[in-house]
Amino acid sequence: MNKKSSKESILRNDGFQTIVASLLCILLGLLVGYIVLLIINPSGAAGAIKSILKNFLYYPSAAAATKYFGTTLVKASALLMCSLSVLFAYKVGLFNIGAAGQYVVGAGACLYCAIALRMPWFLCLLFAVIAAALIGGISGALKAYFNVNEVISCIMLNWIGLYSVNMLLNKVKEETTPYTKNLSTTNSSALLPTLGLDKLFSNNEFVGLGLIISVLMAIVVWIILEKTKFGFELKATGMNKLAAKYCGMREKTNIILTMMISGALAGLGAACFYLTGVEQWMVQQTSVPSMGFNGIASAFLGGLNPIGAIFSSYFIQHITSGGSYVDKTMYCAQISDLISAFIIYLCGFVLFFKLWLNRYLDKREEKQGAKARKGGEA
Amino acid sequence: MADYAIEMLNITKKFPGIIANDNITLQLKKGEIHALLGENGAGKSTLMSVLFGLYQPEEGEIHKDGRKVEINNPNDADALGIGMVHQHFKLVECFSVLDNIILGVETTKGGILQKDEARKKVLALSQKYGFQVDPDALIEDITVGMQQRTEILKMLYRDNEILIFDEPTAVLTPQEIQELMAIMKNLAAEGKSILFITHKLAEIMQVADRCSVLRKGKYIGTVDIKDSTPEKLSAMMVGRDVNFVVEKKPVEPGKVILDVQNMTVASKRHKNNAVNGVSLTVREGEIVCIAGIDGNGQTEFVYGLTGLEPLKEGRITMNGTDITEMPIRKRSVMGMSHIPEDRHKHGLVLDYSLENNIVLQRYFEPQFTNKFGFLKKKEIREYANRLIEQYDVRSGQGPITKSRSMSGGNQQKAIIAREVDKNPEILVAVQPTRGLDVGAIEYIHKQLVAQRDAGKGVLLVSLELDEVMNVSDRILVMYEGEIVGEFDPKKVTVEELGLYMAGSKRKGAEAK
Repeated sequence: MNKKSSKESILRNDGFQTIVASLLCILLGLLVGYIVLLIINPSGAAGAIKSILKNFLYYPSAAAATKYFGTTLVKASALLMCSLSVLFAYKVGLFNIGAAGQYVVGAGACLYCAIALRMPWFLCLLFAVIAAALIGGISGALKAYFNVNEVISCIMLNWIGLYSVNMLLNKVKEETTPYTKNLSTTNSSALLPTLGLDKLFSNNEFVGLGLIISVLMAIVVWIILEKTKFGFELKATGMNKLAAKYCGMREKTNIILTMMISGALAGLGAACFYLTGVEQWMVQQTSVPSMGFNGIASAFLGGLNPIGAIFSSYFIQHITSGGSYVDKTMYCAQISDLISAFIIYLCGFVLFFKLWLNRYLDKREEKQGAKARKGGEA
Repeated sequence: MADYAIEMLNITKKFPGIIANDNITLQLKKGEIHALLGENGAGKSTLMSVLFGLYQPEEGEIHKDGRKVEINNPNDADALGIGMVHQHFKLVECFSVLDNIILGVETTKGGILQKDEARKKVLALSQKYGFQVDPDALIEDITVGMQQRTEILKMLYRDNEILIFDEPTAVLTPQEIQELMAIMKNLAAEGKSILFITHKLAEIMQVADRCSVLRKGKYIGTVDIKDSTPEKLSAMMVGRDVNFVVEKKPVEPGKVILDVQNMTVASKRHKNNAVNGVSLTVREGEIVCIAGIDGNGQTEFVYGLTGLEPLKEGRITMNGTDITEMPIRKRSVMGMSHIPEDRHKHGLVLDYSLENNIVLQRYFEPQFTNKFGFLKKKEIREYANRLIEQYDVRSGQGPITKSRSMSGGNQQKAIIAREVDKNPEILVAVQPTRGLDVGAIEYIHKQLVAQRDAGKGVLLVSLELDEVMNVSDRILVMYEGEIVGEFDPKKVTVEELGLYMAGSKRKGAEAK
């Protein structure tokens, strides 16, 4: 009897539920992806799913695999920051779909500072954060003072941000290609320090400070939300704006601050990514980079917990990167994005699964209660 | 057997940590008015939810006309002819009365609404029971009393046989209550069976045939009203004798604590001012009560006073300091406590734990937050536990209970604990006993009087005349945003107050 009740309480535990639900989502996503691959080309489906899951293990040599593991980590750290940006706002009752745009603006600011203004990396980082925070702040101010839905203003700012950044970075692009100039050749002082971490990943020079910053930020966000007065106020504002006002919190300021911090996190993510030099900005982009949007999925897959986001971000980046190893002779080039999109999409169902699990437990408890009662009577 | 329209037999319903209904039997005879009496959290709402199929009981059966029935969802209940007037009306504000009545059971022909038949039926029903509602009026334009009649018509239009009224008089004026009572008697005479949920004993005595009493989830008993007294009923409900008269020492007011001069607040709903040039003072050691019918500017007055809304004109002075422009937090720290009218809207963050809500006005004080901005969780827990014990706030899991899951009375107790324990100079209490049972009301009144006796000022805004007469030391009547009279509760009658509240009398000059 005792054993049973302890099992029951584990099932009721919120953290445990989140983990189970997240794993369920991942499995379901893989299954749907597999079915789609089967429909397109049955012969390669198993192989394709395998290569998505294997990602860097695709390389037979241990050194190459470690190196690409490092690259996945670099990308995952940027994703983690976007996911923190989304979940921070979400905890305060705001849906920051603008993380994508804030990320773009952060990227624009840090690359321009690095290439055109020749600033060292910490200043580039700082300006990326400030620029992205300001963009987030616009949505926050619109929400606080004019009650403009933050989703609408964020989406519009995503596009404004993208094209402004394209225009700005057009000044610092290579003459022959649409890509911005390589940081290591134009201004190596703008590259983030590697802190020796590159040695751990077979001399992958992109791995460095960014990784540490992002994990640190996850912990900082968790502490702010759970342990501080500031987080207490922000959450209260998010759950009941009127009660927050009633007890004298500055609810308008809190909304703006939240969006600014949220933007700053996304901007920091962009800086941690582009200042490694792992990728250059393509100034003819006509779509907002998916990093910010994947941040939404990753935030939910991580159960809206900053620490959970560390793992969920890594997983999502893992399969996104893995997608590029799918056999392109059997499937068209976009297949990798499609499959990871399926998985990411289903990752958003974590909350739904938790609800469903709780309902199931309620029903079972009710039935058992009724049975026990009847048994006792007889 | 077939005498009973509906029977709920030995119903048991449990929730984690609590038995909401423990073997409860409720038998409603045909054509009777049956009152269901119980404190908040006694299990009335759960029982009704079981009747409407929103919850499945672990045990027990429901019989209709002597036959066992299964009610799995509200549609089943509807099909059995069970209808309910909820405490908070379920009406579409921008629809007409007729549209609201037919909503969900519209007759259509080829997809086009056929309203003529419906109109005839509604008018016939309205005439039969003396409702006098205009089927074409918009809900937002008619009085609360008329809206309630629309709800009753909704049930009658659906030919419901069993009518449930959930605290129907909470929102009505004394005159409207009398009219409702007459309507209920009429309906019962026509053969409808009425279940009347309330905690107002006077109304039960006046209108009900029988009364079933619940206490803490248990069935206490059913009595015939003609053999009972209010004292007996309340003792059954609370489990002890309740003192109806608030005991208090004679008033000894000291210096003025709160001085409001010429306050004017703009209305959000219409162009006129919601509060128009109101002046009043509250002194140490007295309870000043603002009486009036709902919607006469009391809400806006309190918003202006506490800083939730800006003033258009006027000056507020507290203990000699001008606080007219002061932010809410500063007013609070200076010694103004506010028990808000709507505990869900303003009073609580419902998804926060009880302990977080208990420190909602004080979390920033050094005792709960260290100098680096971190919350002192241990101190918060200790403080919450002390208040929970001292003010007898009951909940499933103590300080970590989600406030949303607590009963209304205990939510209110948590707010009162928070506001009173702040040790305020002036306590602004807006309808602090709304929707509460006699036990909780008695308790809250004691708290208000204790504040007064401790030399604090209390400003009470109330719609309940009993409360106004019993608790206050001075009564101000508010009508259409103005103070239309000032009275000594010992020298005025309820009828006299009613006339001022309805606007048919005023002594404008004396009020100022």
